[in-house]
Amino acid sequence: MRIGVITFPGSLDDRDAQRAVRLAGGEPVALWHGSHDLEGVDALILPGGFSYGDYLRCGAIASLSPIMTEVVEAANKGLPVLGICNGFQMLAEAHLLEGGLIRNDHGSFICRDQVLRVENASTAWTSDFEAGQEIVIPLKNGEGGFIASEETLDRLEGEGRVAFRYVGVNPNGSLRDIAGITNAAGNVVGLMPHPEHAVEPGFGPDTAAAMRSGVDGLGFFTSVIRRTLVEA
Amino acid sequence: MPTIVVEVMPKAELLDPQGKAVAGALSRTGHESISGVRVGKRFELTVEGPIDDAVRAEVAALAEHVLSNSVIEDVVGIHYEQSNIELAGEAAEHHDGYDAPAGETH
Repeated sequence: MRIGVITFPGSLDDRDAQRAVRLAGGEPVALWHGSHDLEGVDALILPGGFSYGDYLRCGAIASLSPIMTEVVEAANKGLPVLGICNGFQMLAEAHLLEGGLIRNDHGSFICRDQVLRVENASTAWTSDFEAGQEIVIPLKNGEGGFIASEETLDRLEGEGRVAFRYVGVNPNGSLRDIAGITNAAGNVVGLMPHPEHAVEPGFGPDTAAAMRSGVDGLGFFTSVIRRTLVEA
Repeated sequence: MPTIVVEVMPKAELLDPQGKAVAGALSRTGHESISGVRVGKRFELTVEGPIDDAVRAEVAALAEHVLSNSVIEDVVGIHYEQSNIELAGEAAEHHDGYDAPAGETH
């Protein structure tokens, strides 16, 4: 199971995403934004960071990178693609996912361990969770406010395409508490919080059991690995 | 050299945290007559040749699909300008006594 992680100029969490893939039992493949080669990977991760310094709009210039031609084509053919934070912004800018991300309503960067509810547990990246399950993973963004037209929001809700919702606190003013969404086919998922930072005991969010022991993010990566093994 | 100016603003119905922060600072410094601020973007595109219909169509498409994101922003203006130096140069060349206004919008 080879999972590609694309590095863009200004990506920060590409190494963390590679590490998460490894800890989940997959083989990470480092891919470069300037190439047109997906190297035959079984799934793709667009990592967090500040590609191109967030110039123009978050994720906008990265969405025009050479490799994005192949990413869009592969995603439309069903290749599992996960966009985390800046990667979610790229997927929105590339029109693989609806809506847009704007500056947090309170105007500040926010970094916290965030409770999410898994609303859709049948996507490529969420099948190891149960619908309604609450998970805790880190959130860190300045422009994470999810917005879309009322019509689009209603459609996303109606089609079960809200993948994750913020629980307890809405940290950035996202409409309807939406933290992440999926495309209609369920292979493309984007979210603002960071599952790759909650994959190894000692380095995750605090839990009732022990400090930094949270590994709720692992389920994203084991989901896509299990799914691909079943299909193979 | 001809310049094309594209202006993009956050959608009117959206909260503009940047504008809100500026408005807050103005209010704190006693500018009570200013009741609101919205912050947008101005792009200046320089083209080599004359601005013809093909260039206009290309810029309109770029403004819509690259320079702005229609989910969160609106293109509020596309202006075609020539630099003041060029306008002055043209006026001198033609000897027609025409005094070109600065930054004329076509």
